Amino acid sequence: MDPQHLNLIYLIIAAAVATFLTRVGGYILITQMKEIPPRLEAALNAVPAAVLTTLVAPAFVYGGLDVTIAMFVAFAIALGLNLSTLRMLVIGWVVVMVIRHVVM
Amino acid sequence: MTKDDFWEGVRGGFPIMLAASPFGALFGALAVDNGFTIADAVFMSATVYAGASQMVGIELFGNHVQPWLVVLSVFAVNFRHVLYSASIAKYVRHFTFGQKFLAFFLLVDPQYAETEKRGERGLPITFSWYLGFGLIIYIPWIINTLAGAVFGQLIGDPKAIGLDVLLPVYFMGLVMGFRKRDRFLPIVTVSGLASIAGMHFVGSPWHVSIGALAGIVLAALLPPSNQAVAPTGIEKEA
Repeated sequence: MDPQHLNLIYLIIAAAVATFLTRVGGYILITQMKEIPPRLEAALNAVPAAVLTTLVAPAFVYGGLDVTIAMFVAFAIALGLNLSTLRMLVIGWVVVMVIRHVVM
Repeated sequence: MTKDDFWEGVRGGFPIMLAASPFGALFGALAVDNGFTIADAVFMSATVYAGASQMVGIELFGNHVQPWLVVLSVFAVNFRHVLYSASIAKYVRHFTFGQKFLAFFLLVDPQYAETEKRGERGLPITFSWYLGFGLIIYIPWIINTLAGAVFGQLIGDPKAIGLDVLLPVYFMGLVMGFRKRDRFLPIVTVSGLASIAGMHFVGSPWHVSIGALAGIVLAALLPPSNQAVAPTGIEKEA
């Protein structure tokens, strides 16, 4: 196996260990700790939205007009109708396919 | 009795398995598109077993983000599980050490939700039930990843069949799932703007750490709100 591919295997193992730690961590913590400092809790609470937004915003701005339109339409419809992520994916995909293969 | 419990778990997990299946296949296809081999994709599904974070992982890997940041992001996206394992601690205390190990490994969002629901109703949470519920989601997740990865390898141009739009929309859906959280709008606004600025002035992959850090620091600095910080609830995950 070439070293670069080996690095990917290590990366996956590290991600698996990190994930397992989150799944067992609460059980361990609850038997040890009484209270999480409020600012730390606020920061931790913000982590998923903050990280995920950085994967959305640049694609929206730099992904090309077709991607921008698809994301916007999927967002608006999903928010308006309170749709699941799966339905939202279908909408985004349909819009981008229509733009690429029908409109253009 | 034990066997009945197991099959009751399997029946309970079945609809969730169906709902999660497209995401498993999607992960497989996108992983291959991001430079994974089929075996890598299956290996990741089998060991990490957390859909949203796997998507984040392959996206960052495909963008040549530094490994430590990939692992940190996976950790961050999965951080909610800390709350889950704390919350179900009271129901799994009677499991043996090995059973606990396996139980926490399988602790995905629906597993948590169902365990909590069952516990609250006063129904017994046996290891057999827990395992049945967990395996009917876990095993198809791996098989669907394999199917998706094989399919992904057959695709010449992912753009022609619109694969490239799926990840951003998927992540957008996840972000929207957090909208009930405290100070959602300021955090998302700041993270979004900072990541765009980071992309523009510094370049990929740094926009991820810059944007994420901006939102997290903002959340820590804002004065505590009167509104009690509600425990995160159950975020939908693929």
